[in-house]
Amino acid sequence: MATKPKIAFFDFTSCEGCQLTVIDLLQTHLGLLDLVEIVQFREAMSEKDEDYQIAFVEGSCTRKGDEARLLQIREQASMVVALGACAHLGGINALKNRWAIENVQTYVYGKNGKDAYESYPARPISAVIKVDAVIPGCPIDRYEFLRVVQLILQGRKPRLPDYPLCVECKLKENACLNTLGKPCLGPITRAGCNAICPTYGDGCEGCRGWHPEANFTYMREILRGHGLSDAEIDARFTMFNHYQFQHMGDEAPITTPISPAKDEPLPTSTFAAPKEA
Amino acid sequence: MTENIKVNVHHVTRVEGHGNIVVDVRGGTIEKCELQIVESPRFFEAMLRGRPYHQASHITSRICGICACGHATASLRATERALKVKLSEQTIRLRKLVFHGEMLDSHILHVYMLVAPDFLGVGSVIPLAKTHPEVVKRALRMKQFAGDLCATFAGRHTHPIAMTVGGFTQYPSMTRVEELRERAEAMIADVDATVELFGTLPWPNFERETEYVALVQPDEYGFIDGMIASSDGYTLPVEQYRSVTNERLVPHSTAKHTAFNRDSYMVGALARFNLKHEQLHPRAKAAAEHLGLRAPCYNPFLNSAAQVVEIVHCVDDTIRLLDETLTRGITWEAPAPVTLSPGARGVGACDVPRGTLFHEYQIGEDGLIEEANCIIPTGQNLGNIDRDMRALVPKILTEPEDQIRLKMEMLVRAYDPCISCSTHFLNVEFVGK
Repeated sequence: MATKPKIAFFDFTSCEGCQLTVIDLLQTHLGLLDLVEIVQFREAMSEKDEDYQIAFVEGSCTRKGDEARLLQIREQASMVVALGACAHLGGINALKNRWAIENVQTYVYGKNGKDAYESYPARPISAVIKVDAVIPGCPIDRYEFLRVVQLILQGRKPRLPDYPLCVECKLKENACLNTLGKPCLGPITRAGCNAICPTYGDGCEGCRGWHPEANFTYMREILRGHGLSDAEIDARFTMFNHYQFQHMGDEAPITTPISPAKDEPLPTSTFAAPKEA
Repeated sequence: MTENIKVNVHHVTRVEGHGNIVVDVRGGTIEKCELQIVESPRFFEAMLRGRPYHQASHITSRICGICACGHATASLRATERALKVKLSEQTIRLRKLVFHGEMLDSHILHVYMLVAPDFLGVGSVIPLAKTHPEVVKRALRMKQFAGDLCATFAGRHTHPIAMTVGGFTQYPSMTRVEELRERAEAMIADVDATVELFGTLPWPNFERETEYVALVQPDEYGFIDGMIASSDGYTLPVEQYRSVTNERLVPHSTAKHTAFNRDSYMVGALARFNLKHEQLHPRAKAAAEHLGLRAPCYNPFLNSAAQVVEIVHCVDDTIRLLDETLTRGITWEAPAPVTLSPGARGVGACDVPRGTLFHEYQIGEDGLIEEANCIIPTGQNLGNIDRDMRALVPKILTEPEDQIRLKMEMLVRAYDPCISCSTHFLNVEFVGK
C-alpha cells in the first residue's frame, strides 16, 4: 500500500466546532486513523509537521494576518478543503459586516478597543485562496466529512448536492414545517445535512448556503404568509449568508440595510464595553 | 539558579483557541510573565444588535463548539428573564440533562485527550491510541454517551437545535430515553476506571490561594441559574454580575480581564468544588477523596481532578433525571409564551464546564435585540492564570528548560481555557536562555 496521505487541520476565526465534530466522528470511526496520517491538529495535538498534502481549513478570514497563513497553506497543500460555514460562506462571523469595523470594536471593547483589536470584515477563505472542495454546514455533518474523505482517498472529486433540503426532508417523511406555520428555509437551502434541523422541529437556517435555483422571492412570500415582517425575513436570510447577500449588491433580495451606512455614528452604549481605566 | 530565561510558547496546543505563553526572566527577576491571547476578536455582542430574540441562542452557541449548549442555555435564560417566560418543570429538567451531556463531553475531552497526554509522556491522544488503547477507547465511549445525551434532547451537541425560547421544539421517544438510561448504567464502570486512572497521576505540587467564584443553588450541585457566590463570603443575585466581573482591557489579550474582591478570581470545576462540594452525589464525594481533593483546595492543577469529580456527579445526576423522566413520561409541550415590552432586560447565568457564563440582553417591544453582553469563563480566569504563572515561575526556574515549558503549558491547560469563547485568548516558545 502506498504511503498514507498526510492531512492537516487549520483554524481561523471560528468556534472550532467543525474540528470537534471530526473528533466526535473518531468515536465511531477510529479506523480512519489507519488510512490517513494527521500531521497537524492544534486543538487536539502538540505534534506538528509542515509536510502535508490535504489541508482542512475551518474559520473565516477576518484580519490581514490570516491572509499570509492561508497563502502558506495553499502553497503547501495539493488540496484545500473549506470546513464548515465560516470557511465556506463567512457564516455567522459575517454578521458583524453590517457595521463598520470601528463600530463593532467600540461596542465590544469601548473607545480604547478600536486600535487594540485588529479585525476587518469577515470573508470566506475562497475570497483569499483557491478552494478545491467544501464541506458545508454549521457545524459540518460528520458523515458528509467521512464521505468527502473517502472520495478524496479514492482520487475522486467531492461534489455538493445541487437540490434543496426539502428533498432530504421528504425522504425522512418529516411533516413540512412551512405547512405547519413554522418558518423554514429548506426550499432555498442546499441539501446534504439530512435535514437535521427540521427533523428536530426547528426550521432550516440556511447554514449550508443556497442551492443553485433558490427562489428568494417565493421564499419571502411563504415567510410573509407566516406573519413575519420583512426585517425578520431578512434576519433569517442573512444569519449564515450575510457575506453572500452583501456581495450581490443591489441584486440582493434584502429589504433592510446589511452594509455599513455612510457616517453611521459610533455606538455610545457601554452595555458590552469594559470600564475605562 | 538560572538568571535569564525567555519562554515563548507560540500557539499553545491542546487548548481551544489561540494563545501564547511569554515568560521573560532577567537577572533572576521576572520582567514579563503572561498569557497572551491572540485569537481574532469576533464581536458577538455587536452582531446581536438588531437580530430577532429567537435567533440569539442559535447565534451565540456559535461562540464555542465545546460549550455550545452552555451558551445556548445562558442565552435562552437571558431572553426568558427579559421576556417574563415561565418554564415548565419538564423544560427545566430536560435542559439539565442536555447540560450534563455537555459537562461530561467537555470534561472527558479535557481530562483524557488534552491533560492526560502530559502525564503519560506523549504529545497527543493519537500516540496514546497506540500506547494506551484501552484508555482512548474508554474516553471515546464515554464521550459518545455524552454527545448522544445532548443529541437525544437537543438534536446535537455542537450546535443544539431543539432548545428554544420557552422550551423545546421536539421531544425524544421514550424508547430513546430508555436506551440512554441503560447506557448510563453501563457508564458507571467507565467512570470508576476514570477515577482510578486519574488517582494515579502525579499532579504538580503548587498552591496559590485565590478567590473562587461559582453559581450556587439551594438544593443541588447545579449548573443553571442560582446566585453568584464567592469564597470571600459574598452572595449576589445574577443581575448584579457586573459588580463581580468588572471587565477591563489589558494590552496582551484580545480577552477582557475581570476582578471581584481581589485583583483576580478563579471560576470552573475547582471553584465549584470549593464552594459547594457538600452538595455532590455520594459517589462523587468518594471520588474526590480518592483523588486527594479536599476543600478548600488551592492547587490550580487539581482543576482537572475536580473535573473528574464532576464527571462522576453528572453521570449520577443524569441517572436520577432520566429515572424521573421515565417515571413521569414526556408531555409534548409547546414553548411557553413571551411577553414583549419596551427595553426589557434579562440576565442569564450558567456554570458551564469552564466556569460561570453570563449573557445579558435588552430586547425591544418589536422583539429585536437592542443591547447584548456576554461574559465568558476563560476571560474571568485569565487574570488568575497570569498570577499563578508569576507565582509558579520562581519555584521552577532551576529545572531544565523543557520542564519549565511543560509545567507552564500544563498550568494553562489545567484551566481548560476556551480561547475562541473568550476573545475575546494562548501560545509558549523558548527564545533562548
